[in-house]
Amino acid sequence: MGSIVMRGWWLVMGMCAASASLAADYVPLPGGSFASVIAADNKSAPAQIKPFRLRTEPVTNAEFLAFVRAHPQWRRDRVAPVFADGQYLSRWASADALGASELPQQPVTRVSWFAAQAFCESEQARLPSWYEWEYAAAADAHRADARSDPAWRDRVLDWYSRPSNTPLPLVGGDADVHGVRDLNGLVWEWVDDFNALLVSGDGREQDGADKVRFCGAGAANMQQKENYATLMRVAMLSALKASDTTNNLGFRCARPE
Amino acid sequence: MRRLLISWLCLLLVGPALAATPLPNDSIYQLGIKLTDQGGHSWTLSERRGRVQLITMFYTSCAMVCPMTVDTMKATRKALDEPARDKLDLLAVSFDPARDNVAALQQYAQKRQLDAPHWTLARAEPQDVRALSALLGLQYRQLPDGDFNHSTELILLDPDGRIIARTTVIGRVDPTFVDAVRKALAAS
Repeated sequence: MGSIVMRGWWLVMGMCAASASLAADYVPLPGGSFASVIAADNKSAPAQIKPFRLRTEPVTNAEFLAFVRAHPQWRRDRVAPVFADGQYLSRWASADALGASELPQQPVTRVSWFAAQAFCESEQARLPSWYEWEYAAAADAHRADARSDPAWRDRVLDWYSRPSNTPLPLVGGDADVHGVRDLNGLVWEWVDDFNALLVSGDGREQDGADKVRFCGAGAANMQQKENYATLMRVAMLSALKASDTTNNLGFRCARPE
Repeated sequence: MRRLLISWLCLLLVGPALAATPLPNDSIYQLGIKLTDQGGHSWTLSERRGRVQLITMFYTSCAMVCPMTVDTMKATRKALDEPARDKLDLLAVSFDPARDNVAALQQYAQKRQLDAPHWTLARAEPQDVRALSALLGLQYRQLPDGDFNHSTELILLDPDGRIIARTTVIGRVDPTFVDAVRKALAAS
């Protein structure tokens, strides 16, 4: 009996040590009123963002591997298909090893929304909302909102033009003014409310709602049409199902302040 | 005698064992969220297992489309023949946990005459509402005035919680969907 308790104790100690060594950095962002590409009221109202903390880096292969080992229900050979499609973690060599072609410091991709949420919960966090993500990604090295600078837009669009068959760079790009890295230029990222972005009307006109759901006409409800780099991201996220995975879609987590 | 006893024991054991058969891996009941109904009872989603379910998401202060959704669910049930009808459960989960507490759900059920046991109105914690909507393929977001933009669908679940049919037709009965309900009930 005593030895079981002791073993349990060492297990807990071990897990604490492991999680401490892997502990991710979260930094505070002040939030506030933010002119999103998606108006809060479908007309022109800015988003109101409460102060929150954001993970400074996207989740890496190594971090997600540690999560899968601790939570085997998220292994690719055990996950329920309602939570992840058939390509989930398919870049890895096996269900519990990265293999030679996937590097530990590369961002994890081929993860579903459900898997991303579960990972964030394991860090006592959640996925950021779209507004939180967009607000954070508006920053550059010196300004919290650099979106009106053509250099900021060019940087985002340059990334879009990078061929998708080249290996993903490692996590750890330059920090922005908040201390956050890699929001633009590394991977697409899941947000908590990915299925909230292009809903329009309240279904009063079923036909209209369908049009918005399925085609780019949704952009008619969007602000800042010159900011099409961000609009492309909205369109991509809106097209996803929660079980979908793609080769360049990863995630990071957030916490309320 | 002993053999008889064993087979009797087997019968006793098999009943619960059947109920404990692992969920199919394409069942939405894999989502281990907790819901609370209009009677104040809390249960996990998988406790809906065993009966065919017609499920949708709504919120009680929704003035336009939600009443039509509820009417469409009623009409779909009414389109079924008498004995089969009673095998169908209707479940509506709120998008609006902040305002739709148990009292609000109960009041709505009374006002719209959504009688237990076949009608269940339920709420869940905000993060669980998002997960359920994601799983069902429904979209929603809250507007600054408290209303919601949301997609509207009726979704049919088999007794194991697999999605077997869905319709976006609201305001009238969708004959194809009713056929699917009928078949599911006949098979259950």
